[in-house]
Amino acid sequence: MTYIYSLFQYIPFIAEGVLWTASLVLGGLGIGFIIGLPLAIAQSFGGKKLGKVLNAYVWFFRGTPLLVLLSLFYWAIFPSFGFKLDPLKTSILVLGMRSGAYQSQIFKDSIKSVDYGQILAAKAIGMTQRKLILYIVLPQALRISIPAWSNEYAVILKDSAICFALGVMEILTRVRYVSTATGLALIPYLFAGILFFVLTFSGTGIMDFIHKRTRIPGMVEGLR
Amino acid sequence: MEFWSEYLSSLLMGFLTTSELVAISAPLGIILGIALGASRVYGGIILGSFARGFSALFRGFPLIVTLFLVFFGLPEIGIYLPPVTSAILSFSLCSGAYISEYVRGAIMSIDQGQSLAAKAIGMTKLQEVLYIILPQAIRRAIYGISNEIVYMIQYSSLAFAIGVQEMYSVARTYNSLYFKSLEIFSLLAVIYLVLTALTTLFFKGLIRKLEIPSKAE
Repeated sequence: MTYIYSLFQYIPFIAEGVLWTASLVLGGLGIGFIIGLPLAIAQSFGGKKLGKVLNAYVWFFRGTPLLVLLSLFYWAIFPSFGFKLDPLKTSILVLGMRSGAYQSQIFKDSIKSVDYGQILAAKAIGMTQRKLILYIVLPQALRISIPAWSNEYAVILKDSAICFALGVMEILTRVRYVSTATGLALIPYLFAGILFFVLTFSGTGIMDFIHKRTRIPGMVEGLR
Repeated sequence: MEFWSEYLSSLLMGFLTTSELVAISAPLGIILGIALGASRVYGGIILGSFARGFSALFRGFPLIVTLFLVFFGLPEIGIYLPPVTSAILSFSLCSGAYISEYVRGAIMSIDQGQSLAAKAIGMTKLQEVLYIILPQAIRRAIYGISNEIVYMIQYSSLAFAIGVQEMYSVARTYNSLYFKSLEIFSLLAVIYLVLTALTTLFFKGLIRKLEIPSKAE
């Protein structure tokens, strides 16, 4: 039993990894939002040609494994443009670009599910395209997208563990160190799993709460 | 030239390993997913909550953590699995957990009348589930299942972390030997993109083939 007690001294070390994981997740989600929302608006309201170009972006980032994307950007693409980014920054950017592709699909679906009568009504009272999108479509679409967005949080949280492959000091990388240092595996990895489990379900719980609080009474959420 | 012929032949070996991982894990994951999904609806309190807990657990754990648990953790309680077996087990557990969500949702969405009609013609509960509910539910779940299989192809690259010589692992080895990162990883990305596209196409064909004529979804 003594060797299991020795694991307790590593708890602060692993807890620090939560901050790294949090910056990967929040950074990735944030960049993904900044990429994904304009992408969705352009795909929904832009022309066909633009749509095709943007679809290629989405297709590339959704069809390539995260590990391959991380390696491609870390060892090949960023260096060839002359950036020397550390693993953390590379990971946040890659997670963000990838999440942008997924989030654009989420927002596109929610924009599509806003009742068409709303758009007609906005046009009827003389709103410009810009006003229509900003004041009529987006406030509804963003609310509708919260459940899918909370799912995206869960996905990116679990994907952040893959950044261990570049040596980012997030939870899993640290647990691997602990495992090597102590020669134990079952309990450290179980601990990591439970930590991710708790982070996943507490995060989606918060999103559920936000979803309920921001609901417009009587608004019909379209088929999703 | 030497680099390319070597890299391509190693990549082909890696491709075979990746295919092996997916070809075995995918059916196992689908069967597990259907069994878990059906248990969550029909399993009663004990089996139902076991299936719920099981699927929540493996949806909450990142796949890579499951992989490390199986490969590095299980030997501590006397279960030794070789890398490929560990990978297959982890992939099946993970995708089974996700697929069970789709199957459960699909079962719940089947019209109540179908179940009543099955009872009316004297079917037992087992017959009803096997011959009436599941054939319809699986058709509805298949789109979600196909997504999971596409994810499985992508996430099979994680097996590199426990020493399985699949495609990503080959690329990583070559990356450390030659200064050709761009060529190495963009080729790999193209291969995965093609695999993803082919799988999506395959499932689209399958969905069309399985469609019940004139049935309104």
